[in-house]
Amino acid sequence: MGNLDTNSLFLLTAIIAPLLAGVVLLLGARFSPTTMRAIAVFGFAWPLIIGLLLYSRFDPSLIGAYNFELCLPTGLESIGIYLHLGLNGISMPLFLLAGTVGLAAGLYAMYSKAERPHLYLALLLFMLGGLMGTFASIDVFFFYFFHEFALIPTFLMIGMWGGVGRRGAAIEMTIYLTLGALLSLLGLIALYVQSGADSFSLIELRNYLSAQPLSDTVQNNIFALLLFGFGILVSLFPFHSWAPKGYAVAPTGAAMLHAGVLKKFGLYGLLQIAAPLLPAGADHWFPWIVWLALGNIIFIGLVTLAQKDLKMMLGYSSVMHMGYAFLGLACFSVIGAGGALLLMVAHGLSVALLFMLSTCIYHRSQTFDLSEMGGLATKAPVLAAFFVAGSMASIGLPGFGNFWGEFTIFAALAETELTRWIVVPAATGIIISAIYGLRAVANIFFGQPKAAFVERLQSDQITDLQAFEKLSAGILIAALVLTGIFPRVFSDDANRELLELYPQQQSHLPVIHSAVLSTDVDTHKELTH
Amino acid sequence: MNKLLIEFLSGYTATNQWAAILPEIMMGVLALCLLAAEMVLPKNRQAWVPRLAIWGQVLILMIAFGFVGRCSIGEFQYFSGLITQTDVTQIMRGFFLVSSIAVCYLGHIYLSKQTLPQTEFYALVLIISAGMMLLVQSTHFVMLFVALETVTVAFYVLVAYSRTSQFSLEAGLKYLILGALSSGILLFGIVLLYGIAGNPELLGASRDSLNYGELMNFVILNMNNMIVKIGALLVIAGVCFKIGAVPFQIWVPDVYQGAPTPVTAYLAVASKAAGFIVLIELVRGPFFGLQDFLVPVLSVIAAATILFGNIAAVAQRNVKRLMGLSGIAHAGYLLLGVIAVMRGVDWAVYAVIFYLVTYLLASFAVFGVMSIAAGEEDANQELDHYESFARKRPFLGGVLACGLGSLAGIPPLGGFIGKLFLFVAAFQAELYGLLIIAIVGVVISIYYYFGWIRECYFSSSSTAVVKDISCGATSSDRFLLGALTVASIVIGILPAALPIIR
Repeated sequence: MGNLDTNSLFLLTAIIAPLLAGVVLLLGARFSPTTMRAIAVFGFAWPLIIGLLLYSRFDPSLIGAYNFELCLPTGLESIGIYLHLGLNGISMPLFLLAGTVGLAAGLYAMYSKAERPHLYLALLLFMLGGLMGTFASIDVFFFYFFHEFALIPTFLMIGMWGGVGRRGAAIEMTIYLTLGALLSLLGLIALYVQSGADSFSLIELRNYLSAQPLSDTVQNNIFALLLFGFGILVSLFPFHSWAPKGYAVAPTGAAMLHAGVLKKFGLYGLLQIAAPLLPAGADHWFPWIVWLALGNIIFIGLVTLAQKDLKMMLGYSSVMHMGYAFLGLACFSVIGAGGALLLMVAHGLSVALLFMLSTCIYHRSQTFDLSEMGGLATKAPVLAAFFVAGSMASIGLPGFGNFWGEFTIFAALAETELTRWIVVPAATGIIISAIYGLRAVANIFFGQPKAAFVERLQSDQITDLQAFEKLSAGILIAALVLTGIFPRVFSDDANRELLELYPQQQSHLPVIHSAVLSTDVDTHKELTH
Repeated sequence: MNKLLIEFLSGYTATNQWAAILPEIMMGVLALCLLAAEMVLPKNRQAWVPRLAIWGQVLILMIAFGFVGRCSIGEFQYFSGLITQTDVTQIMRGFFLVSSIAVCYLGHIYLSKQTLPQTEFYALVLIISAGMMLLVQSTHFVMLFVALETVTVAFYVLVAYSRTSQFSLEAGLKYLILGALSSGILLFGIVLLYGIAGNPELLGASRDSLNYGELMNFVILNMNNMIVKIGALLVIAGVCFKIGAVPFQIWVPDVYQGAPTPVTAYLAVASKAAGFIVLIELVRGPFFGLQDFLVPVLSVIAAATILFGNIAAVAQRNVKRLMGLSGIAHAGYLLLGVIAVMRGVDWAVYAVIFYLVTYLLASFAVFGVMSIAAGEEDANQELDHYESFARKRPFLGGVLACGLGSLAGIPPLGGFIGKLFLFVAAFQAELYGLLIIAIVGVVISIYYYFGWIRECYFSSSSTAVVKDISCGATSSDRFLLGALTVASIVIGILPAALPIIR
């Protein structure tokens, strides 16, 4: 299975380098700031460098298989677990997303004045290493393992460097997420035991289950475990309450990596593992997904409207946008799943950007209360421009990746009579997000500031973005624009892969993907036009 | 000449069965040597006693490792079937030796803070270890009972060892009364089985009816006999007392709190492990025929144990009681493995052992930190004492966090892999209901384990804390605790490092 070529070793180093840098930082409390930064830069930049390198070497002709496969035994062979790494068209974009957001968060964290910086950077590096591992894993056990591994630093970072109310928020978030993670672990073990594949490798599971699909009842039960397990992790309504609170108190680096990347774990699991392997289960739970996703969009959308605190608003808005991704998944078609994937990447970039900029705003205004700010654009025009760009992306304006994600999801919903009506409430959500997004921009940067804020505004304390802030925001915006203008960087490869896993047209009947290939190739829809 | 000697010795050992229990004999001899050493050594040389105890055991471990090295050997019976050695018992002998060494070291830390006689402590620990090593090998109820009583009686003394502390005395009394009660229950069960299995009117009656093998045949032939069922139930109840399973867990919080911390660690790890191995040997051996009867009973016990342990631990502020109650929850998870064994998932035995090893590493790390952090009154160790602990003592804080994380079952620590094996085994045994309960239990346990970590790391006030070096760790403390922590991490990342499950 495992051919040790250079590329797969590179893939392995993308996981090991941040971990190693983290360990070195952890042990070296007495390093000079320069040494510390040099080590940290290496750890944060290496995964993205490797990601881009591997992207350039990605072989799209390997459909249904993985590029850069690597398979190492770690001592769990008796239950069919290997450290099995590789990338395919679906995991490649997320792998790059993790690298990009990781670099941006790392750069920002290095220059923010955290107490005990070596510990802070080490934990952030551990988190990044776990994230890279999550999306590079073919083995579903290690997929889970790396996710949990990335979760623990989040807990510690929130507890040690978080804002007001961090002690409670850290515990609540950890308990909630552990519940979700354990439910999905049960689902994965169930998949392993029931499939008879005697292996946790996704490739093996796929081969076994396409040859011998599980009975409908078993599929329904396992899918329920995975749906609600992963759902909790993605803050599916009504399991979302940990997210806004957690993000509101989390230190910036942790919030960026968690909201931007780690949260996508659950969706990725549903997209890559649960739905393709358990089509009947996905079909059975289809109405649930739709209604809960609409809960995310409408209900949480309205809650977001009512927020006065900038960070809470961002937290709720990130929960809200997950609803669209769930809708895309619920379509169970190539175009719906592809839309969900594009939205995951774009949302990850935009939410990380907004969380970062909100901290920048806080440093200048000393408040998160939207009603107290105003007129900041005169003092910090670059910050204003970046924030406007981030908000526009989040709303889903053309030119940013989010637009293509939401657009394709709507297109997928409109495909059949059964789901066409969903477009209406879903589009209402876009209006809601436009209202709160634009209102926040107006409140912070334009308009008349309150009397107390005017004083602050006139003092010299408020400056525009500093170089490191511009750099990390610039990375994220560049990636957002790239996916917005030319989404084919990801979508072609993803499309090829998804065609193997999903039916082209959504049809809420249990279709096993072998049946898909018989449909007419001419009606093949590209994800993007 | 040399060759002749070796031939003579190997010929001698081939016929001499005492060689089979050489490690246990050496442990006993070492215990006696310690007592003698106390009298021989001058007053200012008494510090040699713990060194002798620890290094002596390391030596025994190295010699015994030759035995453990013969893993996968199959079964050997000695002394007319009184004891049987298998790969499981060989691993467990190593397990008890390692935990005994760790307890001696913790005892050394503990005793240095107290004005108590010290030699007896080590001697008793050694005796208990030898008893446990024999206990897991015994395949005869007489042997089982004798070994068990050796262990229990020595524990009565150790629990009440701190004779100036009222907590310790209270714990000793409670352990004595309830321990004696459980021994009585166990013995009553054994007697019932002996009587019924020796009844010549029944099919398969045996003259050696306390032998596991003989009893197994008898029970299979008479699985619906009421007295057999009652006898088996009483024996299981006696063992459940040792592992602290509901409803025999009443003694755990008080005894764990009152006993000196090293003894608590010993009870929590080794005593529990011995109980589980005995339980597995019973359900695979003499009670093999009673599966249909025992599986539901043990399932109910497991579910109640997991829920009780976790829920009761949530409200605890005393860390020793917390460890005791969470230990009850761990017993519940382990029972999942035992039930899986009964349902025919044979490798679940190794899953249980793997879990026990990860539990040993994590527990001793946590108890080690507790021993060092404890003040003079050992029973009063509250969660509040750990506020900003990691700031004051970063190393101990890190060890504690890793140990608690492993107990909670968080990757990449050993405890997670242990839980994974147990859960996979339980899935293969189709114990879906119990699995859901176990998941609920694990989620609850996050609250109190992470609550403790939170206490250590997340100081509520942002004022800088001065490093308190007054009772920090010595370099040998650091070595032991560091080794336990590194082992936990290595096993979590590379379970191949612990070649139990192949």
